[in-house]
Amino acid sequence: MGKRVARGVRSNENLAGWLFVAPVVVILGLFLLLPILMALWVSLTDWNGQGSPFTGRVPFVGADNYTRLFAEEGLARRDFMTSLRNNAYYVAIVVPTQTALALGLALVVNNRMLRGRGFFRTAFYFPSVTSSVAISVVFLFLFANAGAVNALLGLLGIRGPQWFADSRGVLHLLLGAVGVDAPPAALAAGGPFGLSWWDWLSGPSVAMISIITLVVWTTSGTFMLMFLAALQNVPVALDEASTLDGAGRWQRFRHVTLPMIKPTTFLVLTLGLIGSWQVFDQVYVMSQGEPAKTTLTPAYLSYRTAFRDFDYGSGAAISFVLFLIIIALTLLQRRLMADREPAAPRRGRWWRRRVPEGG
Amino acid sequence: MAVLTDRPAAPAPPARPRRARDRAARTLASRLVGYAILVFFALVFLYPFVIQIGNSLKTEPDAAANPLSPIPDPLSLAGFERIFAGTAFPLWLGNSLLVTVLVTLGRVFFDSLAGYALARLRFRGRAGLFAAVVAVLAVPGVVLLIPKFLVLNQLGMYDSYAGLVVPLLADAAGVFIMKQFFESIPVSVEEAARIDGASVFRTFWSVVLPMAKPALITLTILSFQGSWNEFPHSLVAVQDPDLFTLPRGLADLVSGSLGKGTQYPLKLGAALLATIPVAVLFVIFQRYFVRDANDGADKG
Repeated sequence: MGKRVARGVRSNENLAGWLFVAPVVVILGLFLLLPILMALWVSLTDWNGQGSPFTGRVPFVGADNYTRLFAEEGLARRDFMTSLRNNAYYVAIVVPTQTALALGLALVVNNRMLRGRGFFRTAFYFPSVTSSVAISVVFLFLFANAGAVNALLGLLGIRGPQWFADSRGVLHLLLGAVGVDAPPAALAAGGPFGLSWWDWLSGPSVAMISIITLVVWTTSGTFMLMFLAALQNVPVALDEASTLDGAGRWQRFRHVTLPMIKPTTFLVLTLGLIGSWQVFDQVYVMSQGEPAKTTLTPAYLSYRTAFRDFDYGSGAAISFVLFLIIIALTLLQRRLMADREPAAPRRGRWWRRRVPEGG
Repeated sequence: MAVLTDRPAAPAPPARPRRARDRAARTLASRLVGYAILVFFALVFLYPFVIQIGNSLKTEPDAAANPLSPIPDPLSLAGFERIFAGTAFPLWLGNSLLVTVLVTLGRVFFDSLAGYALARLRFRGRAGLFAAVVAVLAVPGVVLLIPKFLVLNQLGMYDSYAGLVVPLLADAAGVFIMKQFFESIPVSVEEAARIDGASVFRTFWSVVLPMAKPALITLTILSFQGSWNEFPHSLVAVQDPDLFTLPRGLADLVSGSLGKGTQYPLKLGAALLATIPVAVLFVIFQRYFVRDANDGADKG
C-alpha cells in the first residue's frame, strides 16, 4: 500500500531529477570532464597557443611530449625531474610535520583541565581560512633578508640566510658542515633521469624551507580539527580504566589513544600527501620556481611551460603525469580507508566524511 | 558529622596526603606546561598577523629596520593611501565582490538542487551520477589549469566575467555536503506535502530547503571563503588587468609591477584588506567552521 502510493507520487521524479541535477552536470561536465579530455589531446600535440588546438593544422606528435619528460636528454627532462625532486622533499617534510603538529595541538586543546581551549582552537585554525596569496605576501616579508625571521634568529645569535636567494640544499649544507663540500666522485654523475646522484640528494633548498614553513603553518589547523574530532570520540571510560590499571601518560597515548584515532591519522596523512603534490599558489607568489629552480614543482612547471613558454603540449603532459601521481595517492587513500573504517566507529560529521559509500 | 569525617584521616598513614599533594603538584605543573604550549603556539599562529598589521602602518624605512616590532613609529597611513591612489585595488575589490557573490549564490542554489535530487528523487542514472560526483571530488584543481584555459578559449569565455564566474558556479564537494544533509531529514514531511499536491520543486523550495538552514549556512560560508580566496582559476581565466580579482591583483603587485623587496607597508596593507572579509566571516560564524570539534565535545 505504502509503496504503491509512493510510486504514484514519484511518477514524475525522473524528469524532475534530471532537471535538478542539470546545472551541476553541465557545469562540471563542461569545466571538469571535457577539459581533461581536451588536455589529453593537446598533450599529444605541439600546440603553441595560436588558434584552436583542434584543427588539422596543429602538429600531432604522439607521445613525444611524454618521452621528453622521461627518456630524452634535455632541458625538459632536467626541469621536470628537478621539480619532482623538489616536490618529493617538500612532501617528505610537510606531511610528517603538519601531521605531528596537528596531533600535538589537538592533544593539548583536548585537555579538559585547560581553560580557554575554544580561543586557542580558533587561533590555530584561523590561518587555514585565509587567502594563500595574502599569507604568502606576509611570509615574503617575514622571510625577507632583514625580515622578522632573521631578526628573531639574530636575537639568538644566529645569522639567518637570504631565504629566497639561497638555492643550497639543506642536505648539502649538512654535509658541508662535516667537511663534505664537493660531491664524492661516485655521486658526481650518472644518476637516473639526467640528474646526478648528488643533485638528487640535495635535500630541499633553503628557499624551499620557507615555503614549507608557510604551508605547515597554514594546514596544521585544519588537520588539528580532524584529530580533535577523533580524540573527542575516544570514550572517556577507556582512558580512565587504563589509568586505574596503572598506565602512565605515554602508555595511555601509545596503547589507547593512538589505536583509537588510527583512521583519522590515515586520513590526515593521505590528504596531506594528496594536497602537497599540488603546491602552486605559494610558489607562484613567493619564488616563481627560483632560485636556481629549487622551488620548481610539477604544478608550477606545468603552468610555466604552457603559459609562459607557450608550449601547451608539454605543459599538458606534465599536468597529466601529476594527475596520475595524485590519482594513485587518492586510490591508495580510499583503499586504506575502506579497509580501516569498519574496524573503527564511524562517527565523523556528515560533511567531513570524504569517503562515501562505494568509495 | 565532624567526627565521621575526621576519623578516617587520623589513622591514615602519612604517605597518603603526601601522595595527594604530589598529584596536585603534578597536575598544576602539567597545566602550566599545557598553557605554556598553548600560548607559544598561539603566538606562532597569530603573531604573523600582528606583524602584518603593525608593519602596514609603518613608514618604509621603519618596516625595513624593525620588522619584528608590532608598533609603528611613527604611525603612517602612507601605505594605505598608496593602495587606493596608486594601485587598482578598488577595481580588484569590486571584481572580487562580484565574483564571490555570484559564485556563492550559484553554488548554494545549484548544489542544493543536485544534492536534493541525489538524496531523494528516484530517477534513472542516479547511482551513476553520484559515483561521477564522487569521482570528480578527487580531481585535483591544479592539473586543471591548462584544461580550463582550453575550454574557456573554445567557448569564447576567456578574458570575461563569465569566464571568472561560470566554471565555479557548481562544485562536487558542495553537492556532496547537501546530499548528505538532505538524507538526514525525515522523509515524512515532504511526502505529506507531495500527497497534498505540491510539485517536486515546490516541495523542495518551501518544505525541505527551509529545514536545511545549517547546511545552507555551511555551504554559503565555504563558497564565500573559497571563491574570495580563489587564485589559480583567475590566473587562467583572465589576462586583462581590468578583470583581476583581489588575489590576482595582490600576486601581480608582489611579483609583477612593484618587484621584490620594496614597498612592504603597501603590500602588507593590501594583503590585510584582502584578508579582512574572510576574517570577519570567520569570527562571526566561527562555530560553523569548527563545528566538528564542538559537536564531538557535546557528545563526548
